[in-house]
Amino acid sequence: MAEYCIETPVTDEFIEKLRVGDYLYITGNLYTGRDSAHKKLIELIKKGKGLPFDLKGQFIYYVGSTPPRPGKPIGSAGPTTSYRMDLYASKLYSLGIKGTIGKGCRSKEVKESLKKYKAVYLAAIGGVGALISKSIEKAEIIAYPELGPEAIYRLKVKDFPSIVINDIYGGDLYEEGKRQYKNIFTKGLM
Amino acid sequence: MKTISLGKVRDTIKDIVQKANFDLQDDVLALIKKMQAKEESPTGKEVLRQILENAKIAREEKIPLCQDTGLAVFFVELGEDVKLQKECGLFSLRHAINEGVRAGYAEGYLRNSVVGDPLQRNNTGDNTPAFIHWELVPGDTFKVTFIAKGAGAENMSAVRMFAPADGIESIEDFVVETVDKAGPNACPPVIVGVGLGGNFEYSTLLSKKALLRRPVGSHNRDKFYAQMERRLLERINNLGIGPQGLGGRCTALAVHVETFPCHIASMPAAVNIQCHSHRVIRIVI
Ligand code: SF4
Repeated sequence: MAEYCIETPVTDEFIEKLRVGDYLYITGNLYTGRDSAHKKLIELIKKGKGLPFDLKGQFIYYVGSTPPRPGKPIGSAGPTTSYRMDLYASKLYSLGIKGTIGKGCRSKEVKESLKKYKAVYLAAIGGVGALISKSIEKAEIIAYPELGPEAIYRLKVKDFPSIVINDIYGGDLYEEGKRQYKNIFTKGLM
Repeated sequence: MKTISLGKVRDTIKDIVQKANFDLQDDVLALIKKMQAKEESPTGKEVLRQILENAKIAREEKIPLCQDTGLAVFFVELGEDVKLQKECGLFSLRHAINEGVRAGYAEGYLRNSVVGDPLQRNNTGDNTPAFIHWELVPGDTFKVTFIAKGAGAENMSAVRMFAPADGIESIEDFVVETVDKAGPNACPPVIVGVGLGGNFEYSTLLSKKALLRRPVGSHNRDKFYAQMERRLLERINNLGIGPQGLGGRCTALAVHVETFPCHIASMPAAVNIQCHSHRVIRIVI
């Protein structure tokens, strides 16, 4: 398992290096999006309209933070469950997104898209939003302020911690990790 | 006869919704530390370390433990001899609790995570309504248990109507399968609340009540069910899912089973899953 400190946007050559279980510390910009923002982005794409940010080489972070206290850039900001964005992810990968960050399993279709479009799925640790907020330096709304915590933000991050769950070679850390630690004497569920 | 003012209820609720979201309670912390020592996977150990560090930052800096500050769920035990005094424009106990939630979520910079309609999905803007379960009890006690319930783990919960002939093994398989299916989505290590018996709706309520048992990880007083809890915990922690689903031993911190009488022809079983961010506070007013 390798460790990489990288800056966004990233290139295909970088994505090719990544394997499941690698640690990634991201510096630069992350774009946030949850259910409603994704729906709106896909509508824009369908209508052939311009998007609020350039997708090329960028990462989308599935998060809806708590409001910041005065003087702070952001509140608690851990990942949300990713499968809710499965329907939209392939389209965004096809248009240049190089990674999505969330928690939990992705659909087969999303995993196929990772291979096809050279992109990765990363996890941040769920339920440690206070700790993760320490790696976010700035947060500005760039689209859909009316959605509140679901608006699209540009986050300026420094050494944002994540781990590769799905790479472009079909690897899946959730499956591999589970296989490694599953007790073969477990009754029933084999 | 004891008199309790609705203003006091509101202020207490305002405080506890914040406290729960900033201070992970000692019993949960102790259990995570214990599991950290036992965890075989290095990644799993590191996840548990981060959970503990997160709890420290949340407590010291009043940053919510998790960005999903949850639905505000309450279990209220109201003594039949308590007289509620209306004041400060508060016209009912439900009103006072909702006002406490509204004020607490705003004051604590907690996230508003409630939509007013399941299909039209407009945010209510103040995290109300509160989800309140009432119980009338004898005497003049007034106890409130608050749980901030995030969606990640709640969405992985399940209920099944078994036949009495299905027996304990099928039920145990169902519990283990539910946790297995939840996998990383429910932010393991999880706490598993099992409600057995009752009827369709009562079993689910029991499963949530099971989560509220303190200290977390203590066992049912009935030896039969205490053994069932031990068996289930062992099987779940042999699944290999581990902290955050990255592989490891510690998939669940605890399994709590609660039971209730049921129909001669029914055997309902419900599983309510709770994540490691177990934000529960119980107070007596
Ligand atoms: S499941 Fe729990 S810890 Fe995970 S994101 Fe939801 S509320 Fe937070």
